[in-house]
Amino acid sequence: MKHTLKPSQYAVLLSVIITAPAGDALLARGMRQVGEVDLHHLGLLWHALFNPYVDGGILLLMGFFAAYTVALSWADLTFVMPATASSYVVIALLGHFLLHETLSPSRWAGVLLIVCAVGFVAGGPSRTEHPALDAMDSGAAL
Amino acid sequence: MSLLAASPPAMATAPVFVAASALAAWSAITFVSVLAIVGEVMIAAGMRQVGDLDEVRAQSGLPGAIRAVLTNATFVIGALCMALNFFAMLFALSMTQLSLAGPAIGALTYVGNAVAAKFFLHENVDHRRWLATVFVAVGVVLLR
Repeated sequence: MKHTLKPSQYAVLLSVIITAPAGDALLARGMRQVGEVDLHHLGLLWHALFNPYVDGGILLLMGFFAAYTVALSWADLTFVMPATASSYVVIALLGHFLLHETLSPSRWAGVLLIVCAVGFVAGGPSRTEHPALDAMDSGAAL
Repeated sequence: MSLLAASPPAMATAPVFVAASALAAWSAITFVSVLAIVGEVMIAAGMRQVGDLDEVRAQSGLPGAIRAVLTNATFVIGALCMALNFFAMLFALSMTQLSLAGPAIGALTYVGNAVAAKFFLHENVDHRRWLATVFVAVGVVLLR
């Protein structure tokens, strides 16, 4: 069945990896400009909607959810999982190379472990072949 | 001096307080993780029911593909769980330390997802995927 991925499907997985940390970063930057929101200052949330960084962050996170949903339509959850975890690697490497943050040995070990995890899963099939699941694929189990 | 004078009663109540707050923190962490696992597994199950979105889009166009996803009850319930998870996470982070809650929720969610994917989605979680799950869980704890 669906063992190997098409280039467009790799692009979807790449979107999953990139849009989540980029969206988080924009949202964090925007919310720092807006100020601290607590139960007594909920009005700030309305104010936040007019911040371009917050808007960009929300758009990117919507893009992440769309890409994640598309990926789960042709791949197993346990296949997509290391891709979502790669977001942490992207954040760590961006921090290191763009913001010149020092990465401790334990954080480098974390990067290495997640990269290995992607390698383990990427080498195998993207979708489980199973008669009951094939029936679900065809919509029979709706 | 006043701090020293106040320390004996504080020390006497500390173990009970620490145990209660640790129980509350781990309850919150478990609740948030379970919500994430239920949400992700239901979204995955819903998308399996919908089928390959590329094929759905080729047949009924982009509006048809979006309609197929948004009218799938399993997907919608899963997405609601994820929305609830977002707010529960904010609550959990407000009552626990970020350095504990962040990695704990991340690791628990990844391991729980693999177990749930095997038993509820009947995915073939072979030794490569188990190894990947453990590596991801440990990697997330090291990276947070």
